[in-house]
Amino acid sequence: MARSTPAKKAWRSLTWLLVIIATLTAVNAGGVLFSNGSWTPKLALDLEGGTQIVLQPQLGEGETVSGEQLTQAVSIIRQRIDAGGVSEAEISTQGTQNIVVSIPGVPDQQTLDRIESSAKLEFRPVLVTDAAATSATGEDGADASAAPSDPAAPPLESTPSVSPTDPSDLNYVTPALLDQFTNFNCDDVDALGLNTAPADQPIVTCDDADSVKYVLGPVEITGENIADASAGLSTNSQGATTNEWGVNLNFDATGTEQFAAVSERLFSLEGARNQFAVVLDGRVITAPTTGGVFTNGEARITGSFTQDSSKALADQLKFGALPIGFEVQSRDTISATLGSSQLTSGIIAGAIGLLLVVIYSLFQYRLLGFVTVASLIVAGVLTYLVLAIMSWRQGFRLSLAGVAGLIVAIGFTADSFIVYFERIRDELRDGRSLEAAVEAGWKRALRTIIAAKGVNMLSAVVLFVLAIGNVRGFAITFGITVIIDVLVVVLFTHPIMQLLATTRFYANGHRLSGLDPQALGAVYRGRAQFRAPVAAAQGKKAAGGKEAARRQTIAERKATEAEKSFEDASTKGKKS
Amino acid sequence: MANLTQFGNDLYTGKKSVSFVGKRRLWYSIAIVLMAISVVIPLAGGGFNFGIEFRGGSQFQITGASTVEQQPAIDAVQEVVPGEVTRVTTVGSAGVRVQTDQLTDAETREVAASLADAYGVQVADVTASFIGPSWGADITEQAVRGLLVFLALASIIMALYFRTWKMSVAAMVALLHDLVITAGVYAATGFEVTPAAIIGFLTILGFSLYDTVVVFDKVRENTGELGQQSRYTFSEAVNLAVNQTLVRSINTGVVAALPVAAILFIGSFVLGADTLRDISLALLVGIIVGTYSTVFVAAPLYAQMREGEPEIRKTDDRTRIARGEAVV
Repeated sequence: MARSTPAKKAWRSLTWLLVIIATLTAVNAGGVLFSNGSWTPKLALDLEGGTQIVLQPQLGEGETVSGEQLTQAVSIIRQRIDAGGVSEAEISTQGTQNIVVSIPGVPDQQTLDRIESSAKLEFRPVLVTDAAATSATGEDGADASAAPSDPAAPPLESTPSVSPTDPSDLNYVTPALLDQFTNFNCDDVDALGLNTAPADQPIVTCDDADSVKYVLGPVEITGENIADASAGLSTNSQGATTNEWGVNLNFDATGTEQFAAVSERLFSLEGARNQFAVVLDGRVITAPTTGGVFTNGEARITGSFTQDSSKALADQLKFGALPIGFEVQSRDTISATLGSSQLTSGIIAGAIGLLLVVIYSLFQYRLLGFVTVASLIVAGVLTYLVLAIMSWRQGFRLSLAGVAGLIVAIGFTADSFIVYFERIRDELRDGRSLEAAVEAGWKRALRTIIAAKGVNMLSAVVLFVLAIGNVRGFAITFGITVIIDVLVVVLFTHPIMQLLATTRFYANGHRLSGLDPQALGAVYRGRAQFRAPVAAAQGKKAAGGKEAARRQTIAERKATEAEKSFEDASTKGKKS
Repeated sequence: MANLTQFGNDLYTGKKSVSFVGKRRLWYSIAIVLMAISVVIPLAGGGFNFGIEFRGGSQFQITGASTVEQQPAIDAVQEVVPGEVTRVTTVGSAGVRVQTDQLTDAETREVAASLADAYGVQVADVTASFIGPSWGADITEQAVRGLLVFLALASIIMALYFRTWKMSVAAMVALLHDLVITAGVYAATGFEVTPAAIIGFLTILGFSLYDTVVVFDKVRENTGELGQQSRYTFSEAVNLAVNQTLVRSINTGVVAALPVAAILFIGSFVLGADTLRDISLALLVGIIVGTYSTVFVAAPLYAQMREGEPEIRKTDDRTRIARGEAVV
């Protein structure tokens, strides 16, 4: 009866393990087939080559960065990098205040400048607008007398014939500018580097959604002069709250003055020229019409806002100019050659380490060492699959520190098997049959393994939560291997041992099995015949039976009569 | 290797026994001397060799260089920035690492080009980094915070699991011992302290406690069986437990150290991968010292702390009297 149960359990565990491996494989296969998954874990910059820039906010004494500001900064930087046509850039926050930008390959200087420059929020008057989707026909409010572009005439006049008197002056719209506007394609906005366009010149640009294109006058107010922006419901003239969302804008002293002058001028104009465009990094984020003259520095932007969109605009206005400047804390460019050579080093080191572990295990545990090797292989397969899935779903990147974590894990994982095997041997030394020893040893070993792995897991979790950068990559791989380690011991190593215990080779304690009871000093009289644990042997301790009864009988007795040989003890045992 | 099995048997039965607890004065003395040396070396020898991540500056790394001579690098830097102090090190067999003070963007590009020229490689094979002085400090600050939280949590969890805070204290003392000595090795060998090395340090925490938990679990098991009329005093039971797990300790130590030693060897001598080398030195030392300190520091310390408890003293006395009577 005791014979079939462990074996059945063992097969059940192994089936579960197969199910887990098959599921992980299927999930990843799904990722590869139907999404952008991959059979290999994605590599971090230090292995793949690329540039990593760490930006740190420039803070005064006692200042802190709010998570909100940081998130805003990340999205602004992301927009800027995307604008540069760099694909696969990753921008993330690190710790509580840093921003990390990772770009594959070596970015050109322009991209670097764009990332490192602060965002620019500007207010420019609208001169001409048009729907961007349609080809240029009849511009709203445009001066129709402006010379139409003639393909035959080579250079168009790009200097205003009459010097413009104010930023809303249509004299800014020169034939060259109009031509540019007419043929303007919103896809070009990002390439033009409008973020660094001169403030005293008009620009041609589009809105966020690429649906409207604009000719804008020179900068009138910059983002620095915004004191605050918030989203809120409008109040009507009676002071009652309406259901309409809007954005409240407060200017500082300079801004108030400038805005009063601008609104006064724009309020008197009609059509597109009544609009005042808010430009973030060269794109129009909103271009409200001017409904009055604002002299108190408070303005309200209304329109078809929802709660979310008004909040988003308020955030853009408030943080758009990156109120906190960022400075480059570190910039690391790793050539692809260095990256791949580091990866090779890691893999070679891992392979050598693994080989040494295998050799040592075989020496120590004979053929039992193969159980260690097989367990390590299973653990390796599981780890690989989990990493591949994580890099697909969670954006995990395997870094050199992560590789180190994996290599270190070989030792930790193998230790679980060592603890287990040593426990089995202890039980054999106590004179149990192999099957009984496997079961009894397992109970004790599992407890130890779980307690010890708990400590490991704790260190991985703490490192992951509190640490930054590389340390985190290390903590992730380390934590994954700890979990997989326990899984493998429970679902693979133990079941295999249970099954091996039923084979003659191991059960009879073959010399090469690593579980030879004779070598282990157990009393063994042939297959399945073990001397029963000896009852009290020496007179001097006959009374001590209770405490030593269950397991340490032989061991403890031997400790007290250290000089006696094994046979001596056994004969004495028989006598009593 | 069969000898180790035999050795294990003898240790298990008590036929052979290393007096970890009995000779604790000796083991404590060794530990204290080692720790003292580890503290004195950095003080006397000018402290730790902090990596560029802690100092700040610009770093270039050339892979696949045609020569690993240092002079071309110094000349290349001088060409662009006259008078700049340049530190050149060889990494692996065909890698050169050049460190300077912080350079401007333009200078960085020029130096990279000039280095590529000097070592006969493509500009793409020259890695340029610039590290602000606060980078390493930031990582360290986070690491120290992580360390403190981890120690506090681990102490609590161990105290709960073993149902005695004394095991936690003993484990923490052993851990401190490991960290001090590992730091001492860094100072003595002049290895650079980089963020990677800090990761190594943090892992030692995990390993040292892990190893202690495994051994203490056996100690708990053995001492838990001590009854009213035990043949063993508390310290003897602890000693037997440590001896019984000694083979495991040795095997684990070796198995954990082998891959790490492989990384250290490959990382420092053959291929040159800084991160791997820095992590692995801390780990290798930490694993060896951690395995050692569990049996030579944590266990005796724990036995000593518990021995004084009235309950245990009473039981021990009874055991000794019973034994004395039996002998006589």
